[in-house]
Amino acid sequence: MTATSDRRPVLSYFSTWILCVLGGLLLTSGTAKAQQSPAPPVDNCRTCHAQLDDRLGEPAKQFADDIHGTRGMTCASCHGGDPSEEDMEKSMSKAKGFRGVPKRNEIPQLCAKCHSDGAFMRAYNPSLRTDQLSQYRTSVHGKRLAAGDTRVAVCSDCHGIHKIRPASSPISTVYPQQIPNTCGRCHADAAHMKPYKIPTDQLLNYQASVHFEKLQGGDLAAPTCVTCHGNHGATPPGISSVERVCGTCHVFQEQLFDQSPHKTVWAAKKIPSCLTCHGNHAIKHTSDAMIGTGKDSFCMTCHTAGDNGGKTAGQISAALAGLDKSLADADAVLDSAEQKGMEVGEARVTLSTAHEKLIKARVDLHTMNSARVEETTKAGEKLAQQVNKEGVQALAEYAFRRKGLALSLVAIAFVVIFLWMLIRSLERPSAGSEAGRTGAS
Amino acid sequence: MQPLKRWYEERFGTELFSFLWHKQVPRHKHTIWYYLGGMTLFLFVVQVVTGILLLLYYRPSPTEAFESVQFIMTKVKFGWLIRGIHSWSANLLIFTAMVHMFSTFFLKAYRKPRELTWVSGCVLFFLFLGFGFSGYLLPWNELAFFATKVGTQMMAAVPVIGKWLLVFFRGGEEVTGATLTRFFGFHIAIFPALTTLVLGAHLFLVQYFGMSTPVSVEQAHKDKPVPTYSFIPNFLLRDIMGWYIALGVLAALAAIFPWELGVKADPFGATPAGIKPEWYFLFMFQTLKKIPGHVLFIEGEQFGVLAFGLGAALWMLVPFLDRKQEGPLKRLPAVAGGVIVAFIIVMTIWAWRS
Repeated sequence: MTATSDRRPVLSYFSTWILCVLGGLLLTSGTAKAQQSPAPPVDNCRTCHAQLDDRLGEPAKQFADDIHGTRGMTCASCHGGDPSEEDMEKSMSKAKGFRGVPKRNEIPQLCAKCHSDGAFMRAYNPSLRTDQLSQYRTSVHGKRLAAGDTRVAVCSDCHGIHKIRPASSPISTVYPQQIPNTCGRCHADAAHMKPYKIPTDQLLNYQASVHFEKLQGGDLAAPTCVTCHGNHGATPPGISSVERVCGTCHVFQEQLFDQSPHKTVWAAKKIPSCLTCHGNHAIKHTSDAMIGTGKDSFCMTCHTAGDNGGKTAGQISAALAGLDKSLADADAVLDSAEQKGMEVGEARVTLSTAHEKLIKARVDLHTMNSARVEETTKAGEKLAQQVNKEGVQALAEYAFRRKGLALSLVAIAFVVIFLWMLIRSLERPSAGSEAGRTGAS
Repeated sequence: MQPLKRWYEERFGTELFSFLWHKQVPRHKHTIWYYLGGMTLFLFVVQVVTGILLLLYYRPSPTEAFESVQFIMTKVKFGWLIRGIHSWSANLLIFTAMVHMFSTFFLKAYRKPRELTWVSGCVLFFLFLGFGFSGYLLPWNELAFFATKVGTQMMAAVPVIGKWLLVFFRGGEEVTGATLTRFFGFHIAIFPALTTLVLGAHLFLVQYFGMSTPVSVEQAHKDKPVPTYSFIPNFLLRDIMGWYIALGVLAALAAIFPWELGVKADPFGATPAGIKPEWYFLFMFQTLKKIPGHVLFIEGEQFGVLAFGLGAALWMLVPFLDRKQEGPLKRLPAVAGGVIVAFIIVMTIWAWRS
C-alpha cells in the first residue's frame, strides 16, 4: 500500500510533464506548418467570375496559370476593390478602390506600380529590370501614347493580359521564337498601320531572313525584332547607329568596316552602312557573288568594273573564289581517299583550318582592302595545297596497297599449292614408301 | 642440321623429337575440326607479333593514345598494315576460338581424360574476350570510349562486389585516363602473362592426351583401330597450309577494309546513338537490354549478369556434368549446345539489326 501510494504522485508528475511536452510539440509543429505555407489570399472575384461565361468568366480562368496569379496576386492587384468581400456591391465599390478595366493610356503606369518598384520586385525576381516604364517613355510607342494615340502598343499588347507567362516560357508571347509574330500582330496589319504610313512587310521579310532561319532552328540567340529595335524602348535604329546595332553581334565586321574607305564616304552621304549591302529585315545568307564585278555584285550598284572600287572588288572576289575552289578540290580528294578507307583525319583538321582562313577572308573584305584579303587567302591556299597533296598521297598509298596485296596473295597461293602438292606426294601410295607415314595405327 | 641435332640429343635426349615424330592424329570425317585449334594458335602468335610492333609507337594516355594510333596508321611505314592485321586478327581469333570450342563441345572431346584440356581451353577463351574488351578502348576513339562505358557499367550489376568491380576496372567512378592506362596494363602485361601460362598448359595437355576421337567414329569402327596419320609431316603441313590461307585472308581484309580509327573520344560529349560493343559481346548486350526491369525478386540486369556468370561456370564444368555416354539423357548436352548456339546467333543478329 505504502509503496503504491508513494509511486502514484511520481507517475502523475511524469505523465503531466509528458503531456505538456507532447502538447507543446504539437502546437509548435502546427505553428511551424502555418509559417511554412501561408494561407492563399482570399480572392472572391475569381470565385464568382470563374462561374461566369465568356468575357467575364474567361479572365478568371486564365489567371490561374498567369505568372501573377501563381505568385499570389489577385484581380484587385490591377482592378482594385476588395477581394475578401463576398458582397459584389461592396467588393466592387469605389470606396474600396475598384477601378474596373484600366484605360489603355493608364496601363504602362499601372504595370509600373509594381514593376518599377525595385524593392517590391526584389521579393519576386531580384534580377528583373525595373526600368521598363522609363524605357517605354523613350520608345515610339511611349511617345505616341503620351501624345494621346491609344492605338500604339502598351504593355498588355505584347505581354498579354490575364495569361501572362515569364519570358522564359516557350508559350509566352515574348519568348524569342514568338516575338516576330507578337510584333507582327500590329506591324503586319495593313489596316492598323495605315495611319502611320510605314511598311507592313517587315514580318514577311524577316521570315525570309537567315536570322529567322536560325531562330526557327532553335537558336534562341538569333536576332528578333527586339534585338535591333529594342523591346520596351522600341525605336528604329536610324542610319547613324545601324552598324553599332549589327556590331553588337558581328563585332569584327563592324571594326573592319570602320577601317574601310566606305566608312567616311557613306557617313557623309547618309548611306546606311551594313544594310546597304545586306538589307535589313530580309537579310539573306551571304555569298561571294555579293562582291566583285558580276551581275549579283552589290559593288556594281555604285562602282563600275573599271574604276578603283570595281578593281578592288574584282581582286577580292578572285581571291575568295580561288581559295574556295582549292578547298573544294582538296575536300574532293579527301572524300575519295576516305571512301577507300584511308585514314586522313589529320588532313581533315588542316582542311578545316584552311576553311577558317576563307571565313576570315570573308570578314576581312569589310575593310575593302584587297591586299589584306589576299594575305589571308594565300595562307588558306597554302594549307589547301598541303591537304590536296596529302590526299593524293593517300590515294597513291591505296593503289600501292592494292598492288602489294595482289602480289602477296599470289605468293601465298603459290605456297599453299606447293604445300598441297607436297602433302599429295607424301600421301601417294608408292612401293617401298611408308605410305606417306599414313595409315591405321 | 646433323651436328645441331647431335648437339641437342647429347644434352636433352631423343624423347621429344621421337614423341613428335611418332605422334599420330586420328583421320576421319570430323578431322577438319582439329585444325581450328592450330589456326587459333597461329592467330594468337600474329597478335603477339603485331602487338609488340604497335607497342613501339603507341602511347597509353588520353591526350596521346588517339594521335599515336593515327600516327601509326598514316606516318609509320606499313603501320596501317600492322594495325589492320592486329584488329582483324583479333576478331578472327575470337571467331576461330569460338568455333574450336563449340566443335570440341559437340564432338564431346572433353570426355575423360581430357577434362582439364576443356577447362584450360575455356579459360583461354575468356582471356581472349578480356583481350578484346581491353584492347578495344586503347585507340581512345568515341565508339570505344562509350562502348567501354556501357560495358563496364554492366559490372556494377554483379551482386555484392559490383560497385567494387566497376571502380577497380575503371580506376575510379568514371571512364577516364586512369581506365585507359589500366586497360593497357591488362592488355599488354596481365592477360599475356596469364595466357602464356594457360596456353602452355593447354598445349601440353593436347600433346599429352592426343586428339580425341569422336564417339560416333569410335562406334563406327567398333573394335578396329581408327585410321591415323602422322602429326609430322601430314598434319603439320595441312596446319601450315591453313595458316597461310589465314594470312592471305588477314592481308586482304587489312588492305581492302582498313580498320577505321573514327573520331577522338570526348568524355564530355553526348553518347552517340546506337552504341554497340564488338560482335562477340552483342548477344550478352542485347539480352541485358531486353531483359525486364525486374525478374523474380531482383533487378533484371542483375539477373542477366548472374545468369551469364552461372552459364559460364556450368560451361566450364561440362566434362564433370556430362558423364553419361548412354541412356535417355545422352543427347541432352548436344540439344543444350544447339539451343545455346541458336540463342547466340539470334541475339547477335537482333542486336546487329536494331
